[in-house]
Formats: sequence, C-alpha cells, structure tokens
Amino acid sequence: MKQPLVEIKDLNVHFEVRDGTVKAIQGASFDIIRGQTTGIIGESGCGKSITAKAIMQMIPRPGKIVKGEILYHFRDKLNPSQEEIINITELDPDGTRIRKIRGGEIGMIFQEPMSSLTPVYTAGYQIGEALNLHRLVPQKVGDQMDTAIMEYRNVTKQEAREIAIDMLQKVGLPKPHERVDSYPHQLSGGQRQRVMIAIALSCDPVMLIADEPTTALDVSIEAQILDLMRDLQEREDMAIMFITHNLGVVAEMAEDIIVMYMGKQVERASSLKVFYEAKHPYTRALLESIPHVGKRDRARLASIKGMVPSPFELPSGCVFHTRCPSFMPGKCDVIEPTWQEIEEDHWVSCLLYEEV
Amino acid sequence: MAKKETVYSVRDDIEEHLKPERIKESDVVLEVKGLTKFFPIKKGFMQRVVGNVRAVDDVSFYVREGETLGLVGESGCGKTTASRTVIRLYDATAGAAYFKSSSLSTTDEPVIVNLMDLDQEGLKKVRKEMSMIFQDPINSLNPRMSIYDIVAEPMIIHGQVDSKKNEQTVISLLDRVGLRASYLRRYPHEFSGGQRQRIGIARALALNPKIIFCDEPVSALDVSIQAQTLNLLKDLQADFNLSYVFVAHDLSVVQHISDRVAVMYVGKVAEIAESDVLFNNPLHPYTEALLSSVPKPDPKYESKRIHMQGDVADPSNPPSGCYFHPRCQYAEEICRTTAPEYREIKPGHFVSCHRAEELELKGV
Repeated sequence: MKQPLVEIKDLNVHFEVRDGTVKAIQGASFDIIRGQTTGIIGESGCGKSITAKAIMQMIPRPGKIVKGEILYHFRDKLNPSQEEIINITELDPDGTRIRKIRGGEIGMIFQEPMSSLTPVYTAGYQIGEALNLHRLVPQKVGDQMDTAIMEYRNVTKQEAREIAIDMLQKVGLPKPHERVDSYPHQLSGGQRQRVMIAIALSCDPVMLIADEPTTALDVSIEAQILDLMRDLQEREDMAIMFITHNLGVVAEMAEDIIVMYMGKQVERASSLKVFYEAKHPYTRALLESIPHVGKRDRARLASIKGMVPSPFELPSGCVFHTRCPSFMPGKCDVIEPTWQEIEEDHWVSCLLYEEV
Repeated sequence: MAKKETVYSVRDDIEEHLKPERIKESDVVLEVKGLTKFFPIKKGFMQRVVGNVRAVDDVSFYVREGETLGLVGESGCGKTTASRTVIRLYDATAGAAYFKSSSLSTTDEPVIVNLMDLDQEGLKKVRKEMSMIFQDPINSLNPRMSIYDIVAEPMIIHGQVDSKKNEQTVISLLDRVGLRASYLRRYPHEFSGGQRQRIGIARALALNPKIIFCDEPVSALDVSIQAQTLNLLKDLQADFNLSYVFVAHDLSVVQHISDRVAVMYVGKVAEIAESDVLFNNPLHPYTEALLSSVPKPDPKYESKRIHMQGDVADPSNPPSGCYFHPRCQYAEEICRTTAPEYREIKPGHFVSCHRAEELELKGV
C-alpha cells in the first residue's frame, strides 16, 4: 500500500539575482512514499538539490518558493494512526515546527563529508548535538510517559553519548567506543560519511534525504554505504529521497525515479520502467551516454549534443528541444509540453506523447 | 661558439632489475621499471625522518604507441603520484622510466632515454613530447589568461614565438576540440566545465605530443559532457596516434577508453591486462572485489558484492606480506608473511598474487 509521506505539488522556486530570474524549479510534483526510495537524477544545475532543500525549508537566499505546496504527512510516534498534514511551505523557516522536522523527522546527508562535519568537534559530540535537539527519551518498561513532558524534554548528555556509540556501531564503524572521541580529520572519507549517516539516523527520521551521498567516495566504500543505507531502511522503515547523477547507483537504490532537466521534471516512473522503457528523449539519451562496465563493444558513446542552456535564457517551448534528437520544428520550440500520465504510474512531459 | 650538444642515452651501469626490456619492441613508447616514490614523514625540530609514505612502490608497466593504459584504484593508491613521477613532476626515489624520444635524438631515429636520469635541459626538450590533462577544469586554467594565451603558452615556452603562426595553430586546435575561433580572447570563467576541459585538452595537444597523461579528465564532468569528452579523446587518439595514460577511479569509464588496464593497490600494481581480459577474467582478488562493487545501471541486476573488510591499508605502515591480505577473502598463511612476486602469468597479463593460478575469480 502506497502511503505518501511527502507530497510535492506544483513547486516553483525562483532566484532573483541581478542578471534576472533563475527558475530553479518549475512545477515539480511528486510524492515520496513511506518506506520507499525515490531517486532523483539529472545533471548539475537541474534543480535536484534545491528540491531537497525546499522540503527542509532551507533554500539559500535569494531563492524563494513562489508557488506550490509541500505537504508533509506527520504521524505522531505515540499515536501513529492519526495523521496530520503540514504544509511545509507555510512554515516559518526559523520556527520551532520546521526545526523539529529538519534533522529530526527528516534527516539529511550531504555530498561532501569533509565539509559537512564541524572540524572542531568530535564525532560523538556531533551525533550528540543532533540527539539533544531532536530525540525524545526512549520509553522504558512500557509505562506511558506523559506526552507533554516528552515533547519538550531532551535527552541528557550521557544518554546522548550512549546512543551515539550505539549509532556508530549500527553504521559499522570499527571500535565505536574509541571513534566516538575522534575528530573528523582523523577519519577517512568513508568513515566520515558513516558518521554523517549516523547523525542523520540518530533521531529515527521517517525520511532521509541523501544528496549525492557517495559521489566523493571510492567504489568499494560506496558499495558499503549503499548496502548500509538499504539495511537501515529495511530495519527502520524509512523513506529515502536519493539524489544522484550516477545512474548505476540509482538503479540499485531506487524504486521510483524522477528525471529532472533544467528545473523541470521530465519523466517519472518505476526504476524498471525508466531503465527499460524510458519515454522521454532526455532520459534515453542519458542512459545511452554512460559507458557500461562489462559491455564489450567499444563504439563511441552516444552523447547529447550541445550544452545545458543558460538558466537565464531558457529555451521556449520544451526546455530540452535545443538538444533533443526527436526535435519537431514548429512544435517543440513553441508549445510547452504538459506533465501527464501516459501509462499507469508513468509520467512524462514530452510532445511526442501528446496530440498537438 | 656553438654549445656542445649533449648526447642522451641510457646508462649501462643501471641495476639489473631496472634494465629496459620492452622498450626495444618497436611499438612501445614508454616503459616504467621499478618506479618508487616515497614521501618522507618528518617530525620534530630537527625534521627527523620517522617514516615513509610509500605512495608508489616498485611499479612497472609499459605503454604502446596509440594505446590507452588505464590506471585504476581507490583514492590514495598512488595512481596520480605514479603518473606525475614518470614525467618528473616529482623526483623518483628509485626506478627507471624509459621513453622513446625524437626531440633528444640527433638523428632521424628516436633515441631511448631514461627520464629519471635527464638533466634540466634534456627534460625540457623531452616534455614537448608528453603532456597532461588535469582533473579539475576550473583550477587547472589560469583565470587571468585568455584562451589564446593558455593554449599558446607551451609553444612560447618551447621557442615557437611567431604569434601569427601560433594564432593559426591555436585556432585549428580549438576547432579540433570543438570550440569556436571567436572564443580566442575570452577567459576561462566564461566557459562551462566541459568547455574548460576542452581548452585543457587543446593545451595538451599544442606541442603535438606522443603521450598524454590524463589525470581523472572526466570525473568532474556531467554524464552527457563526459560522453562528449571521452569521444573527443578517442577521436584525437586516432587522428594523432596518441598514447594515453588514463588515471581514473570510475571503472566503467576506464574500461570504455582503455586498451589495457593496470589496477593499483597501496602503491603497488596488483594486476595489468588487456581491458577485456581484466574485466572478464580477473586474476587478482582485489580486481574481482573492485569490479563487484561497481553499481550497475540496471535495476534487474542482482548484485553479488564482495565485501572488502575494513579500509585501505595505510601506505606509511603497510601490512606484512601481501598488502591486500587483511581484506582478501582468499588469504592464506603465505599471504600474511611473504610479499607476492609481480609476474607475467599469461602473455601480457601481469599479476602480483600468490594464488593467481589456482583461484577462479569472477569478472563482470
């Protein structure tokens, strides 16, 4: 049963800068399903990361959500049958509610583990920090504690440390009792990324946003981190929004895939459909342009001609028409394609599948 | 008075195991033998050397004309240091690198030289024949120089100072890498990442080199731009009969571009073979584990990953015996005690593993 956790409806994010308006996201609409992994792929500058930041209400200035809703289906852990729908776009970015969501109910892992950790604090302290802010005392011996007290009570320093060690153990860091006292520079890239995951998971989030979590890592470490994330997802029943430009990684991780280009979503379907029955010319071109390990033919790679257009001068009509191999003159450069479901659970925005 | 020409050749008194073998074959342009580069760790007031980071440790390989040798391995395994030591950006601790040079030859026939023995003058001459493409297209171009200045700089350094002629050459080079002549007076910040990498490639081609060391040339680029750049490198190789030493960590890219691949682990070469052979029938357990970790762009593929225990060994304090034994699932007693010999098991297939003959390893 697919239960949406976060519904994004017609999200538009604009950046007003001196040279004009950058439309970073134009009309993104999709759901993140509870307990599932949603992959978002696209090239740099296509709006992947901004979408993630919008969910956390963390869009850097001068960016603004100009239109759209992000509906977060909140379930109280003590009373999971009741669902409250919170529109994140209406929350005050500095308010208490969003600060509970950010890092607490929705965890986040960033791309660069070196700069995401504060160098002057030990790994244990950093996990403890997240815990102090978000985690409530775990219920002991089944006695129902007063909800009101729990709501506002943070864990003590000692408890936080214990949980930190426990988390480091869970993410497979060797010797967690020693590691909890090490500083980020004493850890390798893979270990740092594990600490980041431990931080993100320490508050039992219902959703994890992973923004290129393995891009800076070697394949062997990448494999470990991906396995770890899948394991933890199974155990904790957590939704993952997995942002990447690596098609191999997304094929392994995601159940649903959203392909973005120039701030627009161009295709959305199950992972299988995207890889085997891609409809949008951009998705197909993307799939053809990667070399496959183990494939024998050494032909030239099919590359997408030209370059990503400037964000200030978006092409008219379909944003991809300048590079599209199936470009239809007089149509694609004039008419903007609509986002429509052409098969069950297969959404595309392309004029090839529209009557015009 | 005319300056006396130095005659360059290979010294005879070189140690036995560093003597050239392959370079005498007609199509080999570069042969590296026993290349070693240690970085000393200094401590205290007296800068006492307390240890060495064994970045490159007894590495041997050769490159044929018009071929691409891929160098793969995890970060810190010494791939970049190895390529930089060969062109003497670092001074080697030990070892030899033989190169067939035309610019050092006094006759029409190229002469074989040991790059590690060359003096400054010889080095400058021989560097005309080798160039480099760097990973980061943003930081490898001087932001205060125009595209013309950047691409023409190597020519000026090597004494081609006719600016009219240079301009023509630069325009044709830019055209060759797919950039317009009108970009000549622009500056690097006006270009996208992919275009900047093309500028870097044009600069590398400026002196018509024989061999280009490509250090992660596509890892900073987007997928679609990466494909364009790889295609361009292949076209240029065919047109100019270039040899590439292609350093990268992305195995699918390496397999696509390389004729032969060398896998490095903690400063040593674990395995070298023809690309197809290495990917389909690896002989070293590290290669097998590395291949199994590559995420496949196919949701139907069921991954049978080999989990390597722990982290990459510390090159300043490597384990005993085979450096890979703490992470190797096939390790035996001998692996813990004795370092394996680097040997040719099948023609052109070099491995350093005790159990290479008996193991049956899976490729992709």
